[in-house]
Amino acid sequence: MVTGVGVTAPNGLGAADYWTATCGGVSGIAETTRFDAAGYPTRLSGEVPGFAAADYLPSRLLPQTDHMTRLALVAADWALADAQVRPAEQPEFSMGVITASSSGGFEFGQRELQKLWSKGGQYVSAYQSFAWFYAVNTGQISIRNGLRGPGGVVVSEQAGGLDAVAEARRQIRKGSALIISGGIDGSICPWGIVAQLAGGRLSTSTRPDRAYLPFDPAAAGHVPGEGGALLVLEELQAARERGARSYGEIAGYGATFDPRPGSGRPPGLERAIRLALADAGAGPDEVGVVFADAAAVPELDRTEAAAIGAVFGPGGVPVTAPKTMTGRLYSGGAPLDLAAALLTIRDGLIPPTANVEPAPEYDLDLVLAPRPKQVDTALVLARGSGGFNSAMVIRSPDQERRKG
Amino acid sequence: MTEFSVHDIKRLLREAAGETDGIDLDGDIGDQTFDALGYDSVALLETSGLIRREYGVDLGDDALFEAGTPVALAEIVNKELTAANPA
Repeated sequence: MVTGVGVTAPNGLGAADYWTATCGGVSGIAETTRFDAAGYPTRLSGEVPGFAAADYLPSRLLPQTDHMTRLALVAADWALADAQVRPAEQPEFSMGVITASSSGGFEFGQRELQKLWSKGGQYVSAYQSFAWFYAVNTGQISIRNGLRGPGGVVVSEQAGGLDAVAEARRQIRKGSALIISGGIDGSICPWGIVAQLAGGRLSTSTRPDRAYLPFDPAAAGHVPGEGGALLVLEELQAARERGARSYGEIAGYGATFDPRPGSGRPPGLERAIRLALADAGAGPDEVGVVFADAAAVPELDRTEAAAIGAVFGPGGVPVTAPKTMTGRLYSGGAPLDLAAALLTIRDGLIPPTANVEPAPEYDLDLVLAPRPKQVDTALVLARGSGGFNSAMVIRSPDQERRKG
Repeated sequence: MTEFSVHDIKRLLREAAGETDGIDLDGDIGDQTFDALGYDSVALLETSGLIRREYGVDLGDDALFEAGTPVALAEIVNKELTAANPA
């Protein structure tokens, strides 16, 4: 079960700020400030506001960390504090870290590559050896908190956030007491943006309220963002015995891979949803809300709407995409949606999808204003560029107790 | 020329690798091991790079490990600086 949540998001630093902003429809998408983006086709992004790493981390960690790793270390601290766990008091090999990553520390890497080209190899930081690396957040969180059990990283772009949490659940079933999992991502720097531009899915709009419009006839790509969420997952019985508060349970998971283009076979998302529901032992009628992947690429929106419609019926379930207020956070996106789903269950309030006027052809019950509703079971969807489809079912603590 | 001191090493350590919580570099730490001061191999490698860039002294990758403490390292750097700039 999930006992702690740590959030760093473009519309809120910390879970409380994020949730207040998200339910209030407050977006964190704005003109990029971390570098001069004027000469680039994509000039908007979702930057985490008001984050001064030195306020939270010892100076020893600053020369060796990319911005997104600093965000991850702080989110992990907050998740552990939220769970009221002190790792130093637990057996160190019973706890682990499994995060998702999409690109590693690009901002750090760009700076060191620039030193290499302009000044020479002896000016490159020795910390470049790991600061850029996919697994760096897992390693740094593990070292900082003394979590010496299972460690890993999953790289499957935006789907990775769910795949990592699924791997964490697997490790807990195999005997670990606690795993920190999820993802914090971001590469808002010229190198990162140029790499993403090559993928062809970035929005070039300069209007923050028109730049990321999934399921809208005007959908034309997404805004890149940074941040995400880390969760503390604990073994159910042990967590109950220590009197931990539960946000809910990771009840089901399914992952599929799309067939090659032109094969004539259907996309894999619907199958991922059905696998996750079956894994949770839940019928479609039990799902109170779907957090959509929300690609904002017309063909991908159509595929997702069709998959949701096939499982739940036309307009058969409330669908929301609070990531319209953060941009897509790559491996951080789905963990942030998991956090939002858990808070939806806690508060009985579904957060809205911002700025979107839904295309009628999709037949979705898109939540456009905060909607009060008691939700016991939520579904989170995430797709990674290249064909990854993942779906995860979250169940409320009450349901968790009833089903044992 | 000005002598290279433990004070310089503290400055370089701070710049290269920051300071460990709970350890005061301003204290009398010259004879403590780098390990005890919270600096691992990568931190020492980065510090060694700074010495090379700022002072033109190439100690090789292992010198800091072999020196072990700020006082011993200051002696080595001074020896190199004197050899490179005989009075």
